[in-house]
Amino acid sequence: MMGEELFLQGNRAVVEGALYAGCNFYAGYPICPSTEILEIMSTRMPETGGTLIQMEDELSSIAAVIGASWGGAKSMTATSGPGFSLMQENIGYAVITETPCVIVDVQRGGPSTGQPTLPAHGDIMQARWGTHGSHSIIALAPSNIKECYELTVEAFNLSEQFRTPVIILSDGELAHMRERIEITDMPIVNREQFPEGKVSFPVDPNEEGVSPFPTFGRGHRTHVTGLSHTIVGYPSEDTEVQGKLIDRIIGKIENNKDTICKYEIINPDAKHLLVAYGIPARSAKDVVLNREDFGLFRPLTVWPFPSKAFIRATEDVKSVLVVEMNEGQLFREVERHACRAGVENVGLCSKLDGEMPTPQDILESHADMEVDQ
Amino acid sequence: MTHFKVYREDRWPHMFCPGCGIGTTMSCFQRAFVNQGIDLDKTAFVSGIGCSSRVSGYVYADSLHTTHGRGLAYATGLKLANRDLDVFVFTGDGDLGAIGGNHFIQACRRNMDLFVICVNNNNFGMTGGQASSTTLHGYTTSTTPGGNPEYPFDLARLAAAAGANYVARYTSAHPKQLIRVMEEGMNRKGFRFIEAWVACPVYFGRYNKLKTPVEHLEWLKENSVHIEQMKADGRTSEDDIDLHVAGKITVGVIRDAERKSYIESIEGDD
Ligand SMILES: Cc1ncc(C[n+]2csc(CCOP(=O)(O)OP(=O)(O)O)c2C)c(N)n1
Ligand SMILES: [Mg+2]
Repeated sequence: MMGEELFLQGNRAVVEGALYAGCNFYAGYPICPSTEILEIMSTRMPETGGTLIQMEDELSSIAAVIGASWGGAKSMTATSGPGFSLMQENIGYAVITETPCVIVDVQRGGPSTGQPTLPAHGDIMQARWGTHGSHSIIALAPSNIKECYELTVEAFNLSEQFRTPVIILSDGELAHMRERIEITDMPIVNREQFPEGKVSFPVDPNEEGVSPFPTFGRGHRTHVTGLSHTIVGYPSEDTEVQGKLIDRIIGKIENNKDTICKYEIINPDAKHLLVAYGIPARSAKDVVLNREDFGLFRPLTVWPFPSKAFIRATEDVKSVLVVEMNEGQLFREVERHACRAGVENVGLCSKLDGEMPTPQDILESHADMEVDQ
Repeated sequence: MTHFKVYREDRWPHMFCPGCGIGTTMSCFQRAFVNQGIDLDKTAFVSGIGCSSRVSGYVYADSLHTTHGRGLAYATGLKLANRDLDVFVFTGDGDLGAIGGNHFIQACRRNMDLFVICVNNNNFGMTGGQASSTTLHGYTTSTTPGGNPEYPFDLARLAAAAGANYVARYTSAHPKQLIRVMEEGMNRKGFRFIEAWVACPVYFGRYNKLKTPVEHLEWLKENSVHIEQMKADGRTSEDDIDLHVAGKITVGVIRDAERKSYIESIEGDD
């Protein structure tokens, strides 16, 4: 495949990225605008020796994906708004049991059934906080078809490295547009396996806070539970056990942000900094390429937010403008870091109607901020 | 003790109340399992949430204690990812018949290669004795203080109607028969479903004048009728399960079929 050029739809790019990463189990339930992922997987999975099952809903799709991961598979599901809402409880189960898996949320307009075919970025906070309880999460936002492919590979790699669910935040626009992409070689990460044999627990976590994975069927006789559990895996009501467990599963992500976070910066010395991710970042890029006084900070990793890099990028800027297809879900995260960095002017260009914000919309929002030019 | 051939010694004693029928079900399972000589290293156990679903945590095998109602969906993924594993699911009437009802009928319909034991204590034991989708009409629970206005699911018949290959029901007053059908189920393919009606003296029993384990067991025995006897008596399935209308708990093998299992279907005949 190396060097091969492909003309792909976003949803197909996600499938091909997943297969490149070694995905061999897919469970899903049809929903616009993610359905092609399930349909394409229905032929690609058997072709590549993997397993696909169409489940009865999204609750069971994510459950089957987590179960398959314990069976040793690299597993994935894809959905959209309503289905993503249904998956939340079991995503929490993947978090606390430290199960590698990938969830693609092809975002559409909401709330509720909303706008099934129009793009939106209304699930940014749901990706972060949708499941109950204290936790951290990794979520990646592609802006083009090449990134649909590459960030899917990256999502599998991160989920394997950190034993955690990883969410891909695509949207209805990216899902159905087509671009030519060149396939390049990418490294593939596989979870570290538990040493062979019977219960030799506990195996200490590595310096990243991740323990090797005791895949079922290899004689480890592991117990896995969504209850708070000791290092041996047994349920415990001990407050110290709970504290340590939660600290570690949050820490393994938050303390490794330098490894996890990916972002792009254009025109680092510009006076005004745009912050955009996903499809609206294309309009932001257009502004930046035509105006030397505008720079762009584009997080490819939305969660955890690359705060260090962002704060560095705000040095000497007069204003920060966040461009989003929601009511300002990442805006609040950006604003608090910008305030910490001493930037006084932080604005929002928000589109809620399913239309992409245009470069003109961005410049108008910036003009409304009335910052000294 | 044969117990610890199957269960984890370091987790004993278990958490179940005195007189609880989950213990009986575990003993029966352990007997059946040991009799069949199944290798624990080639099995995995999955469960949802509830007292009954805690059994997975006591089995000395790879085990996944999941979320409420979703055990069968987790088990489906696990089985498909490693088809060499014999996957067993422990569940309760609430876990399977209420919150997990859809996964239950869908897994039966697929004839998914799973062995499922449902401990039916006619209520939500873990949360303190609320009505479940198998609480009998007119019976009292903490959420039906005036008697249950709803009618119960017959889980075994539901499984059979939905397409499970092997379906049997007994009660904790029939340990020998339970062991027998468990063993028979272990020798079948596809979706195997064992429903065990059990005593829950602490909740269901307390509300329904079955306070002691003995009273509860006697009630189970008195109200059970073997499926062959029922046919001989000319009784219909409408008389079944709902004790309120003078029905009985039909026990025995409800269905024993040879439809291709899901995995047989996807792997083809070669
Ligand atoms: C989503 C969700 N809703 C509710 C609960 C609370 N809950 C825990 S166990 C249970 C009922 C279990 O009933 P059953 O499956 O019959 O098991 P039993 O305890 O009777 O053996 C409920 C409602 C939960 N854990 N998760
Ligand atoms: Mg119950």
